[in-house]
Amino acid sequence: MSQPVVETTDLTKVYGEVTAVDRLNLRINEGEVFGFLGPNGAGKTTTILMLLGLTEPTSGSASVCGFSPTRDPLKVKRIVGYFPEKIGFYNDLTARQNLRYTADLNGIPPAEVEKKIDALLEKVGLSEVGDRQVGKYSRGMEQRLGIADVLMKDPKVVILDEPTSGIDPQGIEQILGLITDMRNQGITVVLSSHQLHQVQRVCSRVGILARGKLVAEGSVEKLGMEAIGGGTYRIEVQTAEPEPKLVEAVQKVPGVISVQSSDKTLVVNCDRDIRPQLARVVVDSGALLVEMKIEKYGLEEIYMKYFKES
Amino acid sequence: MRGMMAVLRKELADHFASKRFIILFLLIYLAGIAAIYVAGQNIRNEVSESTRFVFLRLFIVSGGQMPPFPFFMSFFVPIIGIALGFDAMNSERASGNLSRLLSQPLYRDALINAKFIAGVVVIAVLVTSIVAIVSGLGLRMLGIAPNGEEVFRLLLFIIITVIYGAFWLGLAIMFSIFFERTAVSALASIALWVFVFFFVPVIATSVANAVVPVDQNSKIDVLVRNEEFRQAISRLSPATLYGESIQVMLMPELGSASAALMLISIYVSGMVPTPLPISQSLTIVWPQLVALIALTAVCFAIGYVRFMREEIRST
Repeated sequence: MSQPVVETTDLTKVYGEVTAVDRLNLRINEGEVFGFLGPNGAGKTTTILMLLGLTEPTSGSASVCGFSPTRDPLKVKRIVGYFPEKIGFYNDLTARQNLRYTADLNGIPPAEVEKKIDALLEKVGLSEVGDRQVGKYSRGMEQRLGIADVLMKDPKVVILDEPTSGIDPQGIEQILGLITDMRNQGITVVLSSHQLHQVQRVCSRVGILARGKLVAEGSVEKLGMEAIGGGTYRIEVQTAEPEPKLVEAVQKVPGVISVQSSDKTLVVNCDRDIRPQLARVVVDSGALLVEMKIEKYGLEEIYMKYFKES
Repeated sequence: MRGMMAVLRKELADHFASKRFIILFLLIYLAGIAAIYVAGQNIRNEVSESTRFVFLRLFIVSGGQMPPFPFFMSFFVPIIGIALGFDAMNSERASGNLSRLLSQPLYRDALINAKFIAGVVVIAVLVTSIVAIVSGLGLRMLGIAPNGEEVFRLLLFIIITVIYGAFWLGLAIMFSIFFERTAVSALASIALWVFVFFFVPVIATSVANAVVPVDQNSKIDVLVRNEEFRQAISRLSPATLYGESIQVMLMPELGSASAALMLISIYVSGMVPTPLPISQSLTIVWPQLVALIALTAVCFAIGYVRFMREEIRST
C-alpha cells in the first residue's frame, strides 16, 4: 500500500479544559474522496486547521504528502487547497482580479495566469461573469468561484469545509459535479460536511468524528454493516395470517441477516434486495402477503447511531 | 519575500484606487494649501531683510486666524494613519478572506508587514506631495527659492512626519488585530488621538501647576521648573514629540527642543541665538525621534505578536 496522502498520529488539540481533538489517527489515501462527518463541535474544523498548519497541535503529529504542517507549512500550503466554511472574496474586485491575486500569491508566472483563469472560470461555469464584481455574485456563484480559487495552484489535495451550505439544489449538483471532476483528475478530496446525502453520493470513504474522537471509519457499506449489525437493507413484511414456521423459512433465505417478528409484521434485516424471494416464501408458507416495504440504510442512520452512542 | 511583495502590490493598488484615499488627499491638500496661502499673505509682516531662512518661515508662520502649517500636519497626519490602518486585519476577517489568504503559501507575517509598508508608502506619497505643492506655491508667491540647507530641512520634515504617521498607522493596525469589528478599532484609535491631542496638554499643565505652582510674582527659576515639569509630562505624548521635532527642524534658530525655555533664556541672557547647522538641530531632537520610532516599533510589535499567535478560523 502506498504512503497515505494525509496521515495523523495521535493528533490532539486541547483548548484549556476542552479537548477538541483527541488522539486522532486518520489515514487518507491518494485519489480518494474522503468524507469527514461529525456533529458541530466534533473537532472537524480544528483537525483541518492543524493539517494546514493554521493551528498548532497540542501533541501528536500530522503529515500531508510527507510534509509536516508545523515544520514546513509553506510546503503543505503549496500542494493543499483549502475551501473554508464561509469563504469570502474581495467584493469590490472582479472574479478575475481575485483569481489573479491568488495566482500572484502562489507565484504562478504571469504568462500562464490569464490562460489558467480563463480555463478555471470555464470549468466552474463563470466565464460570462468573470469581469463582474464578486460583491454582485449570488451565493452559488461565489462558492463556484471558491472552487476555481482552490484549483488555481494545481493542488494535490483539496479540503472542502461545507462547500454546499446555503446553495440551491442546482448549485449543489454543480459543486458535487466539480468534486467528482477533481477526483477524476487524481486530486485527493477531503469533504467535511453535514449533508449526509451529498457525502454519501461522492465519497468513497467516510470518517465520523464525535467529541474529538474518530468513532468510525470506512466505506459506507462497511459502516452500515458495523452500525446496523448486519445489512444495509431493511424489509418490512406485513402478513394477514402468519404461520409460526414463517420466521424459520424466512431465515433460510440467502441474504437474510436477522429476522424480528411482532404480531403480523416481520422485520427482515438483509444485505441485498430480496423482496421477490421473501414474497415467494410468504406465499408458499400459506400466509397472505399484505405489504412489503423496503428501506435502504444510509449514512443518516449510521450517523445517528454513532452520534447517539457517543 | 515574494509573498510579501504580492500582498504589497495588491494593498497599494487597493489604497490608491479607493475612495478613502481621495478623501484623505482632498482633506490634507485643502488644509495645507489654505494654511500656506494665508501664511504667504502675512509673511511680509513677519520677516525682515536679515532673516536667513525665509522659505522655511513660510511653513512656520501663521496667517491671521489660521494656524500654521505644522499644526495642520500634526492634526491630520494621525487621521491619515488611522484611516489607512483601522480596518487592516478585521476587514479581512469579516469578509472571509483571511482563512483563504493564509492557506496560500506565504508566511503569515508577510500579510501584516505588507499592510504596514503599504500604509507608510501612502502616507509618504501624501506628505511629500503636499510639501512639494506647498513649496511650489511658496516659490510662486514669494519669488524666493529655498537654499540647500532649507531643502534638506524640508526633507527631514517630510521624513519625521512620515514616521509620525507610521506610529498612528501601527497603532490602528494593532487595534484592528485586537478588535473584531472595524467600527470598534476605528473608535479606539480616534479616542486615543483625541486624548493625545486635546487632553494631554491640559493634563500636563494641570499637573505641573499642582506640583510647581506659579503666579504673577514667581521668580524665573520657578517658572523654568514649572515649564520643565510640564514639558516632561507632555513628552509622553507622541504629538509633543512630533511637534518639538519639526519645530526644531523648521526653525534653525531654535537651540533647544523647548521653545518656551528658549524664549526664557533669550529674555534672561539677552542674547539672540545664531541659527544652528542641520546636524546640531538633529542632535537636539534626536531623543524625540528615537522615542517616536520606539513607540511605533512597540505598537507594531504588539500587533504583530498577537497576529502571529492567533488562531485563524473562518467561523
